[in-house]
Amino acid sequence: MAKILKNREILLVVAIAALLMAITLRFPGFVAPANLARVYNDTSILIILALGQMAVILTRCIDLSMAANLALCGMVAAMINAAFPGVPIPLVILAVVVLGALLGSINGLLVWKLDIPPIVVTLGTLTIYRGTIFLLSNGAWINAHQMSDAFKALPRAPLAGLPVLSWLSVLAIAAVYLLMTRTPVGRAFFAVGGNPHAAVYTGIDVGRTRFLAYCLSGALAGLSGYLWVSRYAVAYVDIAAGFELDIIAACVIGGISIAGGIGSVPGAVLGSLFLGVIKNALPVVNISPFAQLAISGTVIIIAVAVNARAEKRKGRVILKKAEAV
Amino acid sequence: MKILKALMVTTAVSLALMAGTAHAENKKIALVVKALGIGFFEAANKGAQEAAKELGDVEIIYTGPTSTTAEGQIEVINSLVAQKVDAIAISANDKDALVPALKKAMDRGIKVISWDSGVAPEGRAMHLNPSSNPLIGNMIIKLAADHLPEGGDVAVLSASATATNQNTWIEEMKKVQGNYKGINVVATVYGDDLADKSYRETQGLIQSYPNLKAIIAPTSVGIVAAAQAVEDAGKVGQINVTGLGLPSEMAGHVKAGSSKSFAIWNPIDLGYSATMIAYDLIGGAEAKPGAELKMGRMGTVKLDENNEGAMADPFVYDASNVEEFAKIF
Repeated sequence: MAKILKNREILLVVAIAALLMAITLRFPGFVAPANLARVYNDTSILIILALGQMAVILTRCIDLSMAANLALCGMVAAMINAAFPGVPIPLVILAVVVLGALLGSINGLLVWKLDIPPIVVTLGTLTIYRGTIFLLSNGAWINAHQMSDAFKALPRAPLAGLPVLSWLSVLAIAAVYLLMTRTPVGRAFFAVGGNPHAAVYTGIDVGRTRFLAYCLSGALAGLSGYLWVSRYAVAYVDIAAGFELDIIAACVIGGISIAGGIGSVPGAVLGSLFLGVIKNALPVVNISPFAQLAISGTVIIIAVAVNARAEKRKGRVILKKAEAV
Repeated sequence: MKILKALMVTTAVSLALMAGTAHAENKKIALVVKALGIGFFEAANKGAQEAAKELGDVEIIYTGPTSTTAEGQIEVINSLVAQKVDAIAISANDKDALVPALKKAMDRGIKVISWDSGVAPEGRAMHLNPSSNPLIGNMIIKLAADHLPEGGDVAVLSASATATNQNTWIEEMKKVQGNYKGINVVATVYGDDLADKSYRETQGLIQSYPNLKAIIAPTSVGIVAAAQAVEDAGKVGQINVTGLGLPSEMAGHVKAGSSKSFAIWNPIDLGYSATMIAYDLIGGAEAKPGAELKMGRMGTVKLDENNEGAMADPFVYDASNVEEFAKIF
């Protein structure tokens, strides 16, 4: 029992189930399968982003520029579509994924080659990317009627009962899971975060690994950029403003240690779902908007508190006898 | 009449000569905008030109900086003072920073008014607001009621719970709610002017109120997100999204049917009215609290204790005109 309680993923599943039950008391329709599918679909973008953030956090870094990267890639996708409606959508997606990875690699290079603290680097690129959107768009919006129907339809297209958006997040989860558990790079993410010095001795290039983590988070932010703009059918400078905090919160709730080295794909997914359920439940349970903010914050603090307790490593006593004396 | 006019011109010319200036016969009214190249202001210029044509003896100088800075506008004002224009009608980039430059202009006898975005009272004779809080509050519920002859449930999707202007409009709306029989405001939710939160709040409204007939969103981010959520939920035709939005942002949703109509100020009318008021002031009208200034086809504007006035009801956009205005702003 104690072992089960220590398993974060199971704890989170229990917490989400309890949360769903509590919501049902006030709004029974919430747990209807169709509604749960809708909640998952709404959380898909957060899940995709949290997977990228997880890789970065695992290497003892942080990516504050993800939401700005998303917004820039989203704007570029919308502008390509508005200017050349004939360009096939998969090509647009490919373009923004590559662009996102490039933007992520800028973070990675600065962290790797110049050894600037990640929080400073990504805080800087956050504003640079937002500013770039303004320069590109001149502050103008790209609106629903300027986007082609195909551009808006893709994430909504139903496929075996779920929208493509949901399937894309499933695909991302599977891909990142394989990357984390079955490839040398995935293991390197954990090694670099767990103990950078030891990682060097095992022949892992710490800087290069961090660089790759940033490329991954950038590429996923680029993909999310298209999804976001297409889902809400509008692109402007401020889209997803402040969303980087939601992404990091999802990771933290999911048990990914800000100190690096600890975390898992299921954790990131469950952390995102936990936030997603709260975000979707608050509008229907009829709570004042001021209380909503307080509730979201409280949940995050509780999650971090639980997390910190789980992480606390006991110092190893190596001189038992001396202690006894 | 002709003699009188000739006499006036002669006087004006001689006065001008005495002052060592070269006043033309035409009154020069400068329309100073936040920045050139913005559709909204180009439209205001269109209105100003219309007013000039109607008045006959007015020349419009449409100008502004290339980017929305107060410094740029100060340079523009200084050059207009040097050109000895008769009036400056400005949409300010900064409420206070322009005051010294505009004061200088007023000292030289130039009539200064602000419109759209105001200047502090000491820097202008009057300020023209596109509309007023009571007019907006009334308009947003009227938009919903117009398409609900039998009444029904409506909900409000606002920006943040602390947004002053939205709260004022909603308050004003509730004051006049009794005038619209059968319209029942069931909830006010807050999307924080974030597309994703507004979208989710709309989904919440659709779930919580199955009989919902209209959503009023007096915020441009909210109205777009709500329209999109209604389209995605397949509720087009059942739920009408309305409120305040920009034609370019709403054109797609009006076409999709999720929004039957919405409102925002008409920039053409705004440029027209600003020009008319400036002309009225040049003609000797005085801008003081309680005064009524002439705005041509837009009627008159009554000034309050701050020398501010409201032009008109917000202008309603629907399928018949949204495409045309979408090209403007």
